[in-house]
Amino acid sequence: MSKIIVEFNKVVKRFGALTVLDEIDLTIEAGEVLVLIGPSGSGKSTLLRCINALEQINGGDLIVDEISVLSKRSKIRQIRQEAGMVFQQFNLFPQMTALENVAFGPRKVRGTPKAEAMMQALDLLDKVGLKERAHHYPSELSGGQLQRVAIARALAVRPKLMLFDEPTSALDPEMRQEVLKVMRELAEEGMTMIVVTHEINFARDVGSRLIFMENGKISVDGDPREMIERPTNPRLQEFLQHVN
Amino acid sequence: MAFDWSAVLSALPALWSGVELTLLISIIGIPLGILLGLLLGIIRAYKVYVLDWIALVYVEAIRGTPMLLQVMFIYFALPMISIFGYHIRFAAVTAGIITIMVNSAAYIAEIVRGSLLSVSSGLKEAGLALGLPTWKVILYVILPIAWRRMIPPLGNQCIISLKDTSLLSVVSIAELMRRATEVASTNYNYLEILTTVGVIYLIMTISLTIVLRYIERRMRML
Repeated sequence: MSKIIVEFNKVVKRFGALTVLDEIDLTIEAGEVLVLIGPSGSGKSTLLRCINALEQINGGDLIVDEISVLSKRSKIRQIRQEAGMVFQQFNLFPQMTALENVAFGPRKVRGTPKAEAMMQALDLLDKVGLKERAHHYPSELSGGQLQRVAIARALAVRPKLMLFDEPTSALDPEMRQEVLKVMRELAEEGMTMIVVTHEINFARDVGSRLIFMENGKISVDGDPREMIERPTNPRLQEFLQHVN
Repeated sequence: MAFDWSAVLSALPALWSGVELTLLISIIGIPLGILLGLLLGIIRAYKVYVLDWIALVYVEAIRGTPMLLQVMFIYFALPMISIFGYHIRFAAVTAGIITIMVNSAAYIAEIVRGSLLSVSSGLKEAGLALGLPTWKVILYVILPIAWRRMIPPLGNQCIISLKDTSLLSVVSIAELMRRATEVASTNYNYLEILTTVGVIYLIMTISLTIVLRYIERRMRML
């Protein structure tokens, strides 16, 4: 059995009177590619954001790489270094070039010397196919390129786990493919990934596990191919019809 | 009545000494105001515990009272307060510089707060998600973007503060406006001297505008 990297114990998250995560129990092992799907408002993005403590949980406990998200701030920063995050809106730093964006984490978090951080950043940009765009600013890059730089930026801090929050939802179909290709390669290298997405093909072909969420609860948790090709849950059946 | 150019010429030396003092007060007072304003603005934008409340009271108190009152208070009223037998007493020019700093800082705090809050919260999250402490995210991610957005309103405030130095004449600081009224009240050449003073203020403010335009053009607005 692989090492447990994320463990939800009866996690509750509320926004005011609204319960977004309702006593979630979930264990994720190293090497899993877990895909989260579900209607909007089902709590899948919130679940993801609780893992690196961008959202604070209101009940239960959540352990990431043996550290609780309820720990003190310095420990939470450690969790965030272990869990790289990719956002729907890319959120690249506009005042920095692609290369500076990627080198930023190592330099400011790990204190890596500038020259070394730049070298590593260039390698990472090469890995996502953007070496020749290294000195371009975000305003000069396409959506797909921005998201690939964002993936490289998250990888630069050498995380054990990658969180993807609808990484292709702000992109047109052509650009989606270039981002999904990079994600697929990352999965093949054995990276642990948790992906919130509407990309059913990605879920089926790349995912090792699929979770369908509804109203702050996990409704179905199983093998992606089986869940997508022969869904038994009526709500999941309906959801899949709307997505495709 | 004809415009008497010789009156302008003979007033120039006196006016020039006024310009020097106006510039001195502005060049020291406004940057200090920007520093204090930055500090207050950051405190307000990120709701720093307790300090936030103090900054709010400061901004409201200064914005809500005339600068004429503020300079008179600092120069005439503060020395009357006794703190363990000591009195806070400033030379007139020092009081003037302090007034410009204290006054501009209140407006600049709001400029800073507004620009900080205008930076997308996603960028802050992206910085935090890398494992950086909040202060580093503010320093390296938010401030460089907010700074660019501050330049136009900050330029506006610099021009206002530079002109506001004319109010310091009330505590007999011999800045440009004070010099002008002194000269004109002895020879009654009001038309010539006030026109000249107007042109001098315009030269100073337009130069400032040109510098700001240059800075803006050199920066990539984000």
